Amino acid sequence: MWSHVRTLWEVLKHTFSRNETVQYPEEMPYLAPRYRGRIILTRDPDGEERCVACNLCAVVCPVDCIALEKTEGEDGRWLPEFFRINFSRCIMCGMCEEACPTYAIQLTPDFELCEFNRDNMVYEKEHLLIDGVGKYPGYSFWQIAGKTIAGKDKGEAQGECEPVDVKDLLP
Amino acid sequence: MAIITVDGQTFDVQEGHNLLQACLTHKLDLPYFCWHPAMGSVGACRQCAVIQYQDEDDERGRLVMACMTLAVDGTRISIEAGQAKEFRASVIEWLMENHPHDCPVCEEGGECHLQDMTVMTGHTTRRYRGQKRTFRNQYLGPFIGHEMNRCITCFRCVRYYHDYAGGDDLQAFGSRTRMFFGRESDGVLENEFAGNLVEVCPTGVFTDKPFSQTYTRKWDLQSAPSICPGCAVGCNTLPGARYGLLKRVHNRYHSDVNGYFLCDRGRFGSHFVNADARIRRAGVRAEDGVFEEIAIEDASVRLSEVLGQGDVIGIGSPRASLEANFALKSLVGEDNFVAGVADNENRLNELMVSIYRESGAHIPTLTDVEAADAVLVLGEDVLNTAPRVALALRQSVRNLSLEMATNAGIPEWQDAGVRGHAQDALNPLFIASIAPTRIDDIAADTLHGTPDVLAEAGFAIAHQIDSAFVAVELFNDVNNFVDAAVKALSEAKRPLIVSGTGCGSAALMQAAANIAWALKGRGGEAALLLTGQEANSTGVTLLGADLDLGSALRKLSTGDVKNVIVLENDLYRRAPAASVDAALDKADNVIVLDVLETPTIERATMVLPAAAYAESTGTFVNYEGRAQRFYQVFEADGATRPAWRYLTDAAKLAGRNDLRWDHVDEVVRACAGTDNLKGIQDVAPTADYRGRANLRIPRETHRASGRTAMHAHLNVHEPKTTVDEETPFSYSMEGLNGDQPGSLIPYVWSPGWNSNQSIFKFQQEVAGSLQGGEVGVRLLDVSANGTGLQNRFRDPPETDSGSTTADGMRLLPLYSIFGSDELSGFSPPIIERSSGPQLVLNPGEAHQLGLTVGGGVKSPGLGSFEVCVSSEMPRGYAGIVLGMRGSINVLPQDAVELMPDPSLKPKRPLDVIARGH
Repeated sequence: MWSHVRTLWEVLKHTFSRNETVQYPEEMPYLAPRYRGRIILTRDPDGEERCVACNLCAVVCPVDCIALEKTEGEDGRWLPEFFRINFSRCIMCGMCEEACPTYAIQLTPDFELCEFNRDNMVYEKEHLLIDGVGKYPGYSFWQIAGKTIAGKDKGEAQGECEPVDVKDLLP
Repeated sequence: MAIITVDGQTFDVQEGHNLLQACLTHKLDLPYFCWHPAMGSVGACRQCAVIQYQDEDDERGRLVMACMTLAVDGTRISIEAGQAKEFRASVIEWLMENHPHDCPVCEEGGECHLQDMTVMTGHTTRRYRGQKRTFRNQYLGPFIGHEMNRCITCFRCVRYYHDYAGGDDLQAFGSRTRMFFGRESDGVLENEFAGNLVEVCPTGVFTDKPFSQTYTRKWDLQSAPSICPGCAVGCNTLPGARYGLLKRVHNRYHSDVNGYFLCDRGRFGSHFVNADARIRRAGVRAEDGVFEEIAIEDASVRLSEVLGQGDVIGIGSPRASLEANFALKSLVGEDNFVAGVADNENRLNELMVSIYRESGAHIPTLTDVEAADAVLVLGEDVLNTAPRVALALRQSVRNLSLEMATNAGIPEWQDAGVRGHAQDALNPLFIASIAPTRIDDIAADTLHGTPDVLAEAGFAIAHQIDSAFVAVELFNDVNNFVDAAVKALSEAKRPLIVSGTGCGSAALMQAAANIAWALKGRGGEAALLLTGQEANSTGVTLLGADLDLGSALRKLSTGDVKNVIVLENDLYRRAPAASVDAALDKADNVIVLDVLETPTIERATMVLPAAAYAESTGTFVNYEGRAQRFYQVFEADGATRPAWRYLTDAAKLAGRNDLRWDHVDEVVRACAGTDNLKGIQDVAPTADYRGRANLRIPRETHRASGRTAMHAHLNVHEPKTTVDEETPFSYSMEGLNGDQPGSLIPYVWSPGWNSNQSIFKFQQEVAGSLQGGEVGVRLLDVSANGTGLQNRFRDPPETDSGSTTADGMRLLPLYSIFGSDELSGFSPPIIERSSGPQLVLNPGEAHQLGLTVGGGVKSPGLGSFEVCVSSEMPRGYAGIVLGMRGSINVLPQDAVELMPDPSLKPKRPLDVIARGH
């Protein structure tokens, strides 16, 4: 008997408490920048593509939903010939972002990925690539890597000495 | 056997091995860099440090380099001891000081020995804060990319390139941290085996340039065991494919054939599989002469209709699988089947097989070649016709130094010690060839002349070894060569004679056989290596053909037979253009099944797209009669199917009950009914082979990526994986790659060992046989009794006096590793490396004819060539590099007239043939 009364009391008590329902989508929730939603490809501070087609995101992807192939630009940079993410398979685990050595692939707080047609969930490079640096503003992989690209010769990367003079026999 | 203790566990190891070999043989993970199973130890990298204890009571021990320490009985070592681990970690840390931040943009990433070793030693965080040293890279040609920053100074590249492969244009320069490995200046790496640097380099300094263009990580490459289609050696390869393209070819270890190395034709020649000239659809020639595409089913119907019209001539091919040739032979009948080889070459191939069958001489594997202690190369320019043999010959001349080292108590693996002790001492190698070859530098003596002169010398050698063999009279300059060769061969314990069909001379091969028999008659061992020119030359010869190509073409041109089926063959490479034209003009139906658009295709009435070797399963028989299976690596684009399938389909439609084969194993079984080919059923397990836990063998690694995205742009629903009915492999990562027979290894990988170094996990002992047993079945092994004396050849050739240009020049065959082979001639990197059609003649005569070096020369009916000169060319003769695209492959018998061709703009990127001339 006491239990019934207590239950009624508990339920009625809620009549006077604050409403927790959020009026989504009129009212958008706050999502932290580290939220794991729709995946993007970002650019270097100099505006070039960050992705070097190393394939680490693809290999780490637990659902194998990333496919890409390497090509080489005229400036010597590696970049993806195509870059495809099948969002209908993606589980937003963020492993690709963790594996990415160039901060190219990043997850964003956009979770609104709904389509009537599943084909529209397949994103190609032009859908993924944004015109910005995303969460990592300063980083430029090519300024650290030892490989030469147009505008950055041997010895000009961060922490590099001048190229060796091979004919020098001084101790 | 010696017993050693490693971290408390005892192991039986081979006496004379070093500790590193011993540990790796027992599959222990001990990091190393500079040691290579084929090249021994130099102790340069200090990576394989272990603690060795004095005796049972010793608790401190001392650091030793495992690769430089002999494994003697009772040795007690520790890999896991703290001090050893710490030392190895510091070594890696030093090596990584200057290593660039390149892994994501490095072609070695994912199969990098340096990555593996870094992880294995536990070096994770970079503490060094100084600046990294950098280098400028060099242009090294169309095959190899150079990125010197990545170098860890292990010296493997120069040890391979200079010491092992005999190249002299890659060296170590500079001192201390500024060590530079490259050429004196930018330029193409000249050595024909330079491609192995890609696999020898433990990191990404030397990379595969064509592969890099559409690069794929190793873990994504779909792969299956394959056989190189480039020549008659039959090297085992691992082609890797992705997105419907053949991406690269890596070496597949075979202890008796190619070991750890391939030639550059084999490694870079396979891109013909992706060539624009590939035939992808079936077509018939319409009234207006243009091809119209038809469905494969319709093509089969048309083919069956042609079969119903009476006799059909079937022209097989030495570059097609045994299965396809056999299906064609069964289809058209024994009387109408042609081996598809030029008539003279066909006779030589038959001679080769009959010599092998009747001789007591041993048919050597390449391991046997490497073990020979005196070699005579008679005529064949192996570096250009069967390149991997030349690399083996380079090792054979080192046996003396190994013997000297053993006598001096230096272990064979002590590379620097062995070389230092022996200095320039080499085993005798005698080379008799038409023109200078690129292995003349290791020859004790060379002889250059026409095939007849060389054959005479050969007959004379046989006579001097055993006077029961026919005698010939010789000129003086030949005598010195003959005497020296006789002396060396007679004194040798394991003499080897090398010859082949390349010179187009039966007398040469007979002379080679006589020498081998004469040596054998003296009670010793003698090995005789005869090589054909193409991947399946021996196979089609063993299959046997009653009809020769000349008669077949005559039958067609006289109208006796109206229809012809050409299997993966370009007739213009096999017979004079006039006779091919005459035959094809008359024929009602010219049905060509081929991989590439050849000149023969232009004359075809119907074309069927045949699958290339990497897209189908079949068998090649190499020079030693070793039948080896190659497996489908990836599913071909378009309508392409294995050639034998078109033939059996058409046969079924034509109501032929004897060709009811739906499965490659059924063709193999039927083919094994041929007397010569009984063994081919045992070459590899049938398609129903399953490994442990009833699993297939995966073509993809367990890390293969992109399954749900690769085809998502075409269809978001993943296609069902093709179930492979033909082979024990799966088209996915499912299955087990570990304990299957040796012929079924689709890729090498082992936990912690992502690079090709992991092959030791598949071997019984390092550089030994595969755990799953040897690959291939030798079909020609005969009981080694009988001296061959009763078979000896008695007719030495009549040399003509070499009369000069009164009636023009006689032509001699020359070859080039890059371009003489038909299929690799379609591969872009090979095209870039190849020199184009060349003609070599004596400088005096070139001057007489008004020809200039590097200029053009033409001859009516033969085309134009670039002029090269060699003082070694006999007067009255000109050598032509055969088989180049757009050039000739069959030499006319008669003398030809040569005249300058000022219009020819020779392609002269690189010095290949002309070097040394």
